[in-house]
Amino acid sequence: MYRETEILKQPGIGTPDVFGDMVINVGPQHPATHGVLHLILTLNGETIKKVEPHLGYIHRSIEKMCESLTFRQFIYVTSKMDYLSSHINNHGCCLCVEKGMQIEVPAKAQVIRVLMDELTRLASHQLWWGAGAMDIGALTPFFHAFREREMINDIMEESCGTRLTMNYMVPGGVMVDVHPNFQRRVKEFVAHFKNKIDEYDELLTGNVIFQNRVKGVGYLSKEDAISYGCTGPTARGSGVSCDIRKLYPYEVYNKLQFDEIIETGGDCWSRYLVRMKEMRQSLSIVEQLIDNIPEGDVQAKTKAVLKLPKGEYYSRVESARGEFGVYIVSEGGTTPYRIKFRSPGFSNLSALDHMARGGKIGDLVAMMAMLDLVIPDIDR
Amino acid sequence: MTKEELKIKLTELIPAATIDESSEWLIINIKPDELLTTADILRNKPELNFDYLFCQTCVDWKTHLTMVYHLESTKFRHQVVMKVQLDRNKPEIETVSHIWRTAEFHEREVYEMFGVNFLNHPDLRLLILPDGWEGRDPMRKDFEDPVNMIKL
Repeated sequence: MYRETEILKQPGIGTPDVFGDMVINVGPQHPATHGVLHLILTLNGETIKKVEPHLGYIHRSIEKMCESLTFRQFIYVTSKMDYLSSHINNHGCCLCVEKGMQIEVPAKAQVIRVLMDELTRLASHQLWWGAGAMDIGALTPFFHAFREREMINDIMEESCGTRLTMNYMVPGGVMVDVHPNFQRRVKEFVAHFKNKIDEYDELLTGNVIFQNRVKGVGYLSKEDAISYGCTGPTARGSGVSCDIRKLYPYEVYNKLQFDEIIETGGDCWSRYLVRMKEMRQSLSIVEQLIDNIPEGDVQAKTKAVLKLPKGEYYSRVESARGEFGVYIVSEGGTTPYRIKFRSPGFSNLSALDHMARGGKIGDLVAMMAMLDLVIPDIDR
Repeated sequence: MTKEELKIKLTELIPAATIDESSEWLIINIKPDELLTTADILRNKPELNFDYLFCQTCVDWKTHLTMVYHLESTKFRHQVVMKVQLDRNKPEIETVSHIWRTAEFHEREVYEMFGVNFLNHPDLRLLILPDGWEGRDPMRKDFEDPVNMIKL
């Protein structure tokens, strides 16, 4: 799509000057981009002068597609955005529809939703940990992470039917009750992972070579993080308090004991630490809830055809990457008039240029790994 | 600040705006030429301090376009929605990317999807659509693509 000659023709980039600026394409097919992201780097020797993301290789125009789907149907498409936190995407959409329809979700469904969210967050962070370490050059963590992730995927498969794009949440609750084995298998997983997370720390966190690769790399100040709209571990690594679960609690989050992890370093190392500590918090949330699933219905009684009253609705949830927002404009019909997904990856990526400028090209992969980019989430 | 206090403060500081309370958050409607002064007040007045633009988008109402800015203060945790109505045939508005840096990417997306021209934007080019895209604004309501069978 972008041939070298076309890039050089664009004003401002790639005009090779006498000091020897070099233009390098990273992607669209590059192992460290975890998808199809195209970065055009302008380099002076090894120093990065500019990073220009080119998006759209996996753009499916989900927002436009949703305009012709009903309020029940559009939720299924959103699983395909951030495929590593598909439960949380579905959750955000359900909350927005429930806000418009004023549906009360039964207590049991609320607990199941939060359990699924936190298991998804764990699975997502595990994949980030393994793949991120692999980007930086440590191959072993990948196999450790996938071993534990497999257990979560099996739990999901049993209760939701699928392993990745679950589509388990519906307006008013969840689709079906959890599998009879659910509690037992989650407890097995918690017991297993509690030991393993210490092993993760021994394997990678304490590793001097790894620390040297991420400490002091990709600095982002608190003010810049807010201005660039960064959220999630990226912003919390810069000292911004932005956990939606704490600030605007939804479902049962206000009844749970957990901490918002904030680090103030602003570099890749802080972002790493935030995610590692968040895994322990998610484990604790799962432990608190797994024995306390209330009895009752898993779905509120809703009409077969949902018609949102005229107006606009916004819901916010904390996905594994940051704040996921759903903005629905309704004209009173069965389909949304306009829908906008505020995806965390899109805003986080916009800060990459600022972070990378003046850094070395070898550090770019570390910065991208610690941003935890999921390309379908950015392109939508 | 509660919603009521915020409303009083906003009417005092931005007299030209009309305030709508029908939604979850306060909505202030302004004209395109008042955008920069309003944005400056919202961002820089210490008692308002709206430093976080968490969602910026556009809605096509068939007769006109509406730019929607969702703003939050990370210090006081109050929110406001700013709306600007634009002419559908010649949509033009000042950029806010120097006030909230995240707007740079969001405005590029709105530019290619809705055809809104952002004045003084540092780098207004296509972001998601491929280079050489010559079709019309794909997120508008009257967009039709017979080849890919896209029609609402």
